[in-house]
Amino acid sequence: MKVRQIVELCAEGDSTVRVPILGPALCAGFPSPADDFLEGSLELPRWLAPNPPATFAWNISGDSMRDAGIFDRDLAVVDRSLKAAHRSVVVAAIDGQMSIKRFLVDGNVARLSFENPDLPAFAVEETGEAEIWGVVRFSIRWHIARAGLVR
Amino acid sequence: MSRAIALIDGNSFYCSCERVFDPKLAGVPVIVLSNNDGCAVARTAEAKALGIKMGEPWFKIRDLCKREGVRAFSSNYTLYGDMSARANAVYRDFSPAVEIYSIDESFLDLSDVREDRRVELARDLRATVRAWTGIPTCVGIGPTKTLAKLANHIAKTIPDLGGVCDLSDEDERAAWLCRIHVGEVWGIGRASLAKLEAMGVDSIADLRDLDPRPVRKAMTVVGERIIYELRGVCCLPLELMPAQRKGCAVTRSFSSRIEDRATMEQAVSAHATRMGEKLRRGGLGTTHVSVFYHTSEHDRGDPMRSVSTTVTLPEATNDTLALIKAAREGVSRTWREAPGDRPWRYSKAGVITTDLKLLEESQRALIGQLDRERSAPLMAAMDECNRRFGRGAVVPARAGLEKKRTWSTKFEMRSPRYTTQVSELPTAHAIP
Repeated sequence: MKVRQIVELCAEGDSTVRVPILGPALCAGFPSPADDFLEGSLELPRWLAPNPPATFAWNISGDSMRDAGIFDRDLAVVDRSLKAAHRSVVVAAIDGQMSIKRFLVDGNVARLSFENPDLPAFAVEETGEAEIWGVVRFSIRWHIARAGLVR
Repeated sequence: MSRAIALIDGNSFYCSCERVFDPKLAGVPVIVLSNNDGCAVARTAEAKALGIKMGEPWFKIRDLCKREGVRAFSSNYTLYGDMSARANAVYRDFSPAVEIYSIDESFLDLSDVREDRRVELARDLRATVRAWTGIPTCVGIGPTKTLAKLANHIAKTIPDLGGVCDLSDEDERAAWLCRIHVGEVWGIGRASLAKLEAMGVDSIADLRDLDPRPVRKAMTVVGERIIYELRGVCCLPLELMPAQRKGCAVTRSFSSRIEDRATMEQAVSAHATRMGEKLRRGGLGTTHVSVFYHTSEHDRGDPMRSVSTTVTLPEATNDTLALIKAAREGVSRTWREAPGDRPWRYSKAGVITTDLKLLEESQRALIGQLDRERSAPLMAAMDECNRRFGRGAVVPARAGLEKKRTWSTKFEMRSPRYTTQVSELPTAHAIP
């Protein structure tokens, strides 16, 4: 059902691109073993996702980014072609786990921080142990949980 | 300006795709298994260091993998195909002409780039692919495809080169060719290697300096072409338009053995359904469908049987329903009940065509014409449903619902289809 909602969100037409662009994936040399497994790709309009090959969607789990307006079960669209700058929201691998954090640069020190006043201020990792996976371009909230279909 | 071709490929491509979405796999040995979790088809450097060979059967290495903490995955071709498409989209930003050679290798035309700028461009390309898709790559550059492939091999084996090797310079090239064994040349298989060694060829330079004409006798025109390519004479141009498909095969090993006719009919019908989708994607049709199925050579002591038959259609078609009819006819012609009390236990079945033609240009039958006017919109509607709601959303009843097929290929250790399925997206934690 969720799939259907996404399809309805974006108008079909010239303004719609598929993420990623699955061009004619025919191989000149070896037939691709993936040929049998290609599926409809997730579609996002070009003005939201200007660089399809570097654009990935992530589920968000947890509320530690509440003050950034990102909540549990939201969808974050990550663009790996963007370079993280001060105050970027990023997906980062920290101790073998993917997390969403605020990237803060203070002089020579970069930090990854929560955005939730309920969490202690010391809950901040140094970037030395972390690797930034990509920069969050935007996030999506579902507001339709209790809405029914009008007929 | 001199001609330059680059070969770029993903390092342990399938394993690298798995690593992009799972940070726990960094620095850990990872392997990816073939269909039905048969054997290792991709290994990271850490897995190679443990002695796991290409193509080694899973049952032989299972214990070792458990002991050494090797992470093994079933093939996730949906993910690999998507990551490959992304990488090629990046390549197209760097070169006007890209030939996708296989799922993880592409040739790029760099002739327009100044000779002293090519390595720099290749480094930039590697860094961009790594940043945008997470996939590590190596690049080889040379005046011909064969030399580009060799340069790529050098870039892979010598870490000091930083993943890029350029064999454009003739003197530098000559130095490398003396030092590398002829077995590393693209297109030299085991049979050719034996012939060359009998001729006293050891290094690639030895092969390059052979007289091409006698080689043509021993190794056909392919061998002759390799010699010219090694000399820097381009014999294999980039194939930018994939050649029109001449044949199409859908074959699968079953996850378990099939003994009854109804299940076999369902399996070949499902294969025919898949074939129809593939043909329609290219606007192609076929007039013959070959059907085969056989028992496994691994089932020693069991009764063996292998059959194949070709069913002729009244005219070229890509209508799934017509193809299913032909596939079932193939089973009906060949199915036998076992004479004793032990049934034949079939391990694999497939449908194959070899005479594809563009449907629009194909001749219509005088007798027994198929109803294209009705079938085309029906097939288009089915394809669109499957595109929009996921593969197998609509299938002909004969092929059985995907979830209820008991014989489907096994992918028990497959990772999520992170990039194409809304229900399988990766999760970023916002948890302290």
